[in-house]
Amino acid sequence: MSKCKVCREPAIIDLPRHNANFCGDHLQQLCRRQVEKAISDFEMLRPDDRVLVAVSGGKDSLAVWDILLELGYNADGLYIGLGIGDYSDISGRYVRAFADERGLTLRTIDLREDYGYDVPTAARATRRVPCSACGLSKRRLFDDAARDGGYDVVVTGHNLDDEAAVLLGNTLRWDIDYLARQLPVLPATSGFPKKAKPLVRLTEREMAAWCIVRGIDYQVEECPMAAGNRHLGYKETLNQLEARSPGSKASFYLSFLDRMAPLLVGHSQAATDGLNGCERCGAPTTGEVCAFCRLVATASAHEQVPVEMMGRRR
Amino acid sequence: MKVVLRNPRRELELSGAKSVNDLLARLELSREAHLVIRNGTLVPGDGRLADTDEVEIRPVISGGAA
Repeated sequence: MSKCKVCREPAIIDLPRHNANFCGDHLQQLCRRQVEKAISDFEMLRPDDRVLVAVSGGKDSLAVWDILLELGYNADGLYIGLGIGDYSDISGRYVRAFADERGLTLRTIDLREDYGYDVPTAARATRRVPCSACGLSKRRLFDDAARDGGYDVVVTGHNLDDEAAVLLGNTLRWDIDYLARQLPVLPATSGFPKKAKPLVRLTEREMAAWCIVRGIDYQVEECPMAAGNRHLGYKETLNQLEARSPGSKASFYLSFLDRMAPLLVGHSQAATDGLNGCERCGAPTTGEVCAFCRLVATASAHEQVPVEMMGRRR
Repeated sequence: MKVVLRNPRRELELSGAKSVNDLLARLELSREAHLVIRNGTLVPGDGRLADTDEVEIRPVISGGAA
C-alpha cells in the first residue's frame, strides 16, 4: 500500500505527474499551494479584492470557491440557471446547498426568467452548438454581475485539463487570436472586469479528489448538451498522452504560458483595440450590435425548445 | 465486488480485481480520468480490493467548450 510522500501515512491518491502519492491532508496542502502559486505568478488577486466566483455546481467551481475561502479571500458566488432541464435544476441545488451550509453570499441569474430564453432554445434558434450559446451568455453575464456588484475580479473554475484542451484546439487550427487571449488572467479593460483562473495548475482529477476529501457534494453528471463535443475529445487525447508520459498536460500548457504567450502580447493588444460600444447595451463589440444582444433577440423570439428535443435535430 | 459506474449510473458485479489499477484496466478506463471511492474514501492505484468490496468509479472529465 502506497504511502504519502510527505508524512508516510497511507496514501489516498497517486499523482503520476508528481511521481508521488498523498494522504488527504497533504493532497489539500498541494492544491492550496498550487492555487497560491498561480495567484502569485500571474498576479490574479490582491488580498483585499472582492471576488465573484462563477459557480456551476460542478467540482471545479465549487472547489475553487472553497479554496479561495480557505486562503482567506472575500469571495461571493454567482450561479446562472441555464435552463437545461433536470441538469440545471440539480446543479442549482448543489450550489445553493454549498452556499447555505457555509453561510456564503450567492447571486443567481435565470436565463429564462431574466432574459426570456434558455440554452437549448438559444442553440436551436441560432443554429450554433449549445456550448457556444452557453459560453457567450455566461461570459457576458459574469461581466455584468461583476460590474453591477462592484467586484474586482471574476474567478472561474477552469483547470489544467480545460486549458490544455483549449490550447490543443487552438493550436491545431493555429488560431492566433484565440492563442493570444488564452491567458490565466485577463486584466480589467474598458467594459470588461478582470478575470482569473486560479486552478490552471491543477488537473480535473485533483479537483474531484479535493471535493471528495473535503466532503463537497457536486454534480457528477455531465451536461447533456456537452456530450460528444470536440473539447471532450481533446481531453481524451491529452489523457492518452498523459498516461504514456505523466506531466505532458502541464508541460504543454504551462510551457505555452512561459515561452509562447509572451510572443503574442502585441497580437493580444491588437485584438482588443478598436472596439465600439454596442448600440443597444453599450458593451464593447467589433460591430454595431454585440453578439449577446443578437443572441437575446434571436433566442427570446424563438419557441421554447425542451432539452429532450435537442438530440433530434441540431 | 459491486462496482458503481456513473454517467449514466449503473452497477455491475466483478470478481478477481486485486487493485484499483487492475480494476480500471479490466474495464478499459483511463486512470487519469477516473477516481475510485470505497466507503466514501479515495483508494490509490495500488490500493488492494476484495471481492466483498463495494466501490464507485467516478469519472472526472467534464465541461463544454466555453
